Amino acid sequence: MSTRVDQQMQTQVEESDTLDRSIAGLDAISLAQSVPRLRRTRRAWSATWPKLAAIALALGIWQLLVWSGWKPTYVLPPPAEVFQELWQLLLDGSLQSAVSVTLRRAAIGFSIAIAVGVLIGAPVSQIKGLRTAVGSMITGLQTMPSIAWFPLAILLFKISEAAILFVVVLGAAPAIANGLISGADNIPPILRRAAKVLGASGPALYLEVILPGSMPSFVAGLKQGWAFAWRSLMAGELLVIIANKASLGVQLQVARDFNDSTALLAVMIVIFVIGVLVDSLIFGTLERSIRRRRGLIDSAG
Amino acid sequence: MTQALSQAAPAIELLKIQKAYGSGPDQVLALDGVSLTVKSGEFVCLVGASGCGKSTLLNMLVGLDQPSSGLVKVEGRSTLMFQEPALFPWLTVGANIALALKLRGTPRRERPDRVNELLKSVQLEGLANKRPHELSGGMRQRVAIARAFAQDIDVLCMDEPFGALDAMTRDLLHDELERLWIDRSLTVVFVTHNVREAVRLADRVVLLSSRPGRVIDTFEVEIDRPRRIDTPEVAGLAAEITDRLRQEVRRHVNES
Repeated sequence: MSTRVDQQMQTQVEESDTLDRSIAGLDAISLAQSVPRLRRTRRAWSATWPKLAAIALALGIWQLLVWSGWKPTYVLPPPAEVFQELWQLLLDGSLQSAVSVTLRRAAIGFSIAIAVGVLIGAPVSQIKGLRTAVGSMITGLQTMPSIAWFPLAILLFKISEAAILFVVVLGAAPAIANGLISGADNIPPILRRAAKVLGASGPALYLEVILPGSMPSFVAGLKQGWAFAWRSLMAGELLVIIANKASLGVQLQVARDFNDSTALLAVMIVIFVIGVLVDSLIFGTLERSIRRRRGLIDSAG
Repeated sequence: MTQALSQAAPAIELLKIQKAYGSGPDQVLALDGVSLTVKSGEFVCLVGASGCGKSTLLNMLVGLDQPSSGLVKVEGRSTLMFQEPALFPWLTVGANIALALKLRGTPRRERPDRVNELLKSVQLEGLANKRPHELSGGMRQRVAIARAFAQDIDVLCMDEPFGALDAMTRDLLHDELERLWIDRSLTVVFVTHNVREAVRLADRVVLLSSRPGRVIDTFEVEIDRPRRIDTPEVAGLAAEITDRLRQEVRRHVNES
């Protein structure tokens, strides 16, 4: 009798063991599929050369335009001259101080815009009545050209830092709020159900599930918000010129006043490069890492 | 097993459940007078054609939905698993389980050990730092099982949990689920449209009619465990249940 029971237990243990091993085998097969990522240098190079080629092409077209004699060189100087000017601005330090004035404004304005965007976007995305009330208004604000706000901003805040920041925030915050709203809208319903089954509700549901689930769209909103903020800031610095604050906008204005097209183009290049760098280094990196973690990107890419 | 079951207290009691959507002439009756008692430790499969309100019923068992009339009583904690694993893609496998622990109030210090323990129970030890998208469908569904266990449940409701898996993985998960069910003395309510799967797993198969959902038949499965899905006994009973199901489906031709 007891040997039979022993035998039965023995078979059960063996069966359990076979099951473990079968499952482990299947797991091993599916895990082995992941492809190793390309080497860092290879990846960096394959991401860089198309950009370099595009820059070379743009400079080439510019140079051809100069050579064609379409405009006299005091109006349209060749690239080499502009880069020389840029180097000069860098050497005498005026570029650095202008960039720091402008970037400081951008950082402050964009930070306020994030705060405002989140404070508006989060409740609007969750409360139906609020959504109906102001949802389309937010989109409306987003389409409003920022330059149209300046007369009001100057009336409200005089010629001051605050007037510029006001317009930067108004330019960027709606895009950021909209990113958060559409992020909440695009969370798969199954994840909401799963969260509710796990016992998440109220603030916990928002903080643990809806907010992290909204991240891809929120980052897209930040990216768009940055573009609006940077544009509004440049418009602001051209219109609202504050004494002793030689921002990039002021340099642009001064260059125009002196018909100094070389300096004008040099400053424009700086404005362009900063816009692109912030977009790709900060938001692009953020976006890529989010997509990779969520499996939305080919691991080899 | 059967002896023990007949004396066990009911884990789930459904009494004359009615569920209607909409109102007036457009009203749709999803469930019409469903009564069902599931004993503690019992494995019940609900089988029916589409539109039998299976998912509505499961939602009620975990409190995601309320009946229009009737009584739902569930003893202890219950949770629901879906056809999709529904893991949060922004969290690692371990963090997905840790979140379930957090939401039910497990102190932070205890979570890492519990996560490892739970992953071990579904043969996924050491994969806590993987992302859900790095795992196969079967592995993800096992993470979902571990996450369900993190809630310290007594009743596990499953809505076609293996419907999207390949046959080999599904068969292995049947064995795995059976083992976990016995080890943890769970009560399981398992919805499927796969009759063989139902017979492979269940102590009792409950057949539901469509539009509106009603209990039309119940089959006790008296086949010894461990079972296999490809034995003649399982196939025989499955054929009987399928015939009954088809008979029910044909009824709708005369109606329309």
